[in-house]
Amino acid sequence: MSASMPSAQGRPDTRQFDLLCLSVAVALAPHLERLPLWLGPPLIVLVALRAWLRRRAAFAVSSWLRVPLAGLLLLLVIVEYGNVFGRAPGAALACGLLALKLLETESIRDARVVVGFSAFVLMSALLFNQALTTTILLCAALTVPLAALVVLQPTVARHRRPLTTAFRVGGTLVLAGLPAALAAFVLIPRLSAPLWGSPGWDEQARIGLNDSMQPGSMTDLLVDDTPAMRVYFDGGPPAPAQQYFRAIVLWDFDGATWTRGDTRAYLRPEPVEDARLIHDYRVVIEPTRRHWVPALDVPLEAPDQTRLGSDHTIASFAPIAQPREFALRSATRYRLATELTSAERTRALAYPAAFNPRTIALAEQWRREGLDETAIVRTALALFNAGFTYTLTPPLLGRHSIDEFLFETRAGYCEHFSSAFVFLMRASGIPARVVTGYQGGWWNPIGDYLLVRHSDAHAWAEVWQTGRGWVRVDPTAAVSPQRVEQGASAANRGGDWFGSGFLRDLRNQFDSVNRLWTTAVIQFNALRQSQLLGRFGIRDLTSEHLLALLTGAIVVLLIVATVWAVRGTRGPRRGDRLDAAWERLRRRLARRGVPVSPQQGPLDFAAAFQQRSGQADAAFDALVARYIALRYGAAEPTAEQVRAFGRDVRKFRVPSTVQ
Amino acid sequence: MARAIARFAPLRARLVALAERKLPALTRLRRPEPLPITLDRRRIYVVPTGYGVVFALLTAVMLTGALNYGNNPALLLTCLLGGACFVSVFVGFRGLSGLRLGQVRAGEAHAGSDVAVELVFPPGRRDRLALRAVAEPAETAFAAERGREAVAVLSLPARVRGWLRPGRVRIVTTFPLGMFVIWSWVHPDVAVLIYPRPESDAPPLPHGGERDGAQRVGEAEDDPAGLRDYRDHDPPRRIAWRASVRHERLLAREHERQSGLALVLDYDALHGLGHEDRISRLTAWVLQASAGREAFVLVLPGQSFGPAIGAGHRADCLRALALLPTA
Repeated sequence: MSASMPSAQGRPDTRQFDLLCLSVAVALAPHLERLPLWLGPPLIVLVALRAWLRRRAAFAVSSWLRVPLAGLLLLLVIVEYGNVFGRAPGAALACGLLALKLLETESIRDARVVVGFSAFVLMSALLFNQALTTTILLCAALTVPLAALVVLQPTVARHRRPLTTAFRVGGTLVLAGLPAALAAFVLIPRLSAPLWGSPGWDEQARIGLNDSMQPGSMTDLLVDDTPAMRVYFDGGPPAPAQQYFRAIVLWDFDGATWTRGDTRAYLRPEPVEDARLIHDYRVVIEPTRRHWVPALDVPLEAPDQTRLGSDHTIASFAPIAQPREFALRSATRYRLATELTSAERTRALAYPAAFNPRTIALAEQWRREGLDETAIVRTALALFNAGFTYTLTPPLLGRHSIDEFLFETRAGYCEHFSSAFVFLMRASGIPARVVTGYQGGWWNPIGDYLLVRHSDAHAWAEVWQTGRGWVRVDPTAAVSPQRVEQGASAANRGGDWFGSGFLRDLRNQFDSVNRLWTTAVIQFNALRQSQLLGRFGIRDLTSEHLLALLTGAIVVLLIVATVWAVRGTRGPRRGDRLDAAWERLRRRLARRGVPVSPQQGPLDFAAAFQQRSGQADAAFDALVARYIALRYGAAEPTAEQVRAFGRDVRKFRVPSTVQ
Repeated sequence: MARAIARFAPLRARLVALAERKLPALTRLRRPEPLPITLDRRRIYVVPTGYGVVFALLTAVMLTGALNYGNNPALLLTCLLGGACFVSVFVGFRGLSGLRLGQVRAGEAHAGSDVAVELVFPPGRRDRLALRAVAEPAETAFAAERGREAVAVLSLPARVRGWLRPGRVRIVTTFPLGMFVIWSWVHPDVAVLIYPRPESDAPPLPHGGERDGAQRVGEAEDDPAGLRDYRDHDPPRRIAWRASVRHERLLAREHERQSGLALVLDYDALHGLGHEDRISRLTAWVLQASAGREAFVLVLPGQSFGPAIGAGHRADCLRALALLPTA
């Protein structure tokens, strides 16, 4: 529209520009926690500085500054991330370019472009964090760019209370857009396979359990209160002390780090005998971008799209990038691998002799004392029980980490205990290995599920005993029984500075809402879509059907909105049926040359007719008289009279004199 | 791109003019209609703006991204953004629907300058923000707030004296998001009077009888036509004493006695000037005499005004000058 140009090229005034800067800041804010330090804070400073300087004078930053800045941004992003494709570098680049665009924005048109771009950046934050609260906050934050667009309209900034008006209109639009948004959300056909890339498979940091362990490596995990998974048991949950979810078995120790070692397929699956206390359950795992599927000790079979490892851990074929659900079957009473192959025995006994001489000496002493397997295990546990403390903030350990832990610091958490215990066992000649996973969780009575948080991550040991196979031994339980009985939060309560039980309970209750969010929204895929619509009798859904439904929904909303839009304003005056019939007559005669005008009354019209035709017409005069009687008579005309008048008007033949 | 559009503007204007001439029903060409004009759904049109199209593409990109990553919260946010834009059409439509143009008035303007044409919208029941009135080449933004009269002032160029018809005015809004342009044509059946262009550097007022176009007129005190019976509240200075004595009753002068002699501005006395030049000079003199609060007589072919003084007289004279037939 050419007419819109002059106003689109005007300069934004201070108020408009302030709101523009706010819109950019709101778009950048959710990205800050992920952006590298060289980018995030400088961008905020840049936006604030621009807003502040713009208040003094309108100016565009010269391209001599902007172009090198953009180049620098591109370079730094490539250095930081390796490329510019994928979510993380893409989002970083978008954030930087948005702030740079603000520097040159000096026209209404550019300001609108900035607003559109900031809506895009706002949305991209959800690619990294899909939590309920984040989504709600960001959806509400849409009000800001919309309000910026409103205030960019002519005259709005000059209104009495421009910001109130802009935010009111913006908020109204978001709320009013909700029905259309929900209809579209439910009905838009989901892609069965991604168009490009592999979602979730980029360089973004993975969370959850690591496939290697060294004392201290789990610290971040143990203070992370976000949900790791939710477990739904078909028949009640096992006792808290049985809630061990194994994820990874660590065989190899190099003196500092435990690793999985050789996991290739030629390794025989360890046989399970005498499985009892079978549990059927489902786990819904939050995305970790890793393969592990923690399963209740020990899983008996692998669900679809996963593989059961030789040591009875389950790995998904694809990394878990979206919340995934698995149906599992486990036994909590079992005998695992009652016979060891020689290769397995060798692996389970290996330890580097160059480290931890005092520990090795202790083990050798036990052996010399002639203790059997059971006695050695009991002695080791008694040792931990005697003078060790459980803490999430243990002192740092040096080269002979296990020696220092066992004989000096004597404080640590599950990693330290399991690592030292397994080392002791191996040095004593007992096959042993470290198992990591999750232990315990919070039972949600509302949702009837077990909520397992990342802070419930745990490491324990398995020792092989003749005739019994691999037996779980949890040295941490010897030190801090409540860690196993009541969960990580009970064990950590000492260092919990904010932790009133009330707050924790509140958060746990809130997890029910989160669960609903995860199942209803985040996991809403093609399958759930068809399930949902199946409930309304719509089966064998294709994309075409969905699009047709979507079109239908939009049409319905269109009609509702149209009715709302035209409500309160009448269309052109149509008058009642009587006037409509009279008007028809007038129009017919007007076409034959009888002069009509708006201010003409019925008698004037009759006179005009007579003048044109040159003689009186009885039928016509009767019609006029009837109209006058019906319209101006004392009695309200009945519907029948009005209809009869209409019929007679239709039947009236225009006399040939007015041809 | 803007430059390319500008290059095609004349072509576009010609095409539009052709379409309106040949297809009046299709182009909704509106004949002049009497005031008041109320905008209703039958005459309001909606089209996405360029920005709206770009924004739709952006939303499509966001949608594709969200679908590709199977990210439902991002999809929800995108849908919400799309929903808000969808609803914005109707909010914008409501801003125009029911708007009533009640009156068109204009200030004083002379040919060659701009005339401020005021479109007056009587108080309504809704806030209507960010409206614009466009009558090429003039454009103005205005807002009609609930319960208040709104006035949009269009500054139109007045080229020639006489009646100026403002013609069609487009009432247009892109409220609230600038993604849709919603407009309606109004063609009020009104005309505003443009006074003639006053001659710049006109000669001084012709006070001397010897000057062209001016002659002193003797005071017609005893002219019976200028006398009437005395009424209460007539100021004493209006009493024509001499005539009263003669007629033996109190008589008052119809017109206030002017200071001595009236100035006569005579079209026919201006020799050596063309028709429009004479009008220009007379206009300039009328303005000068009125500014100096002098009584004058304007004599035009076939009509004469005054002697009189004041705003009414000035307006009568200027109006007569404006409406003189072109030579």
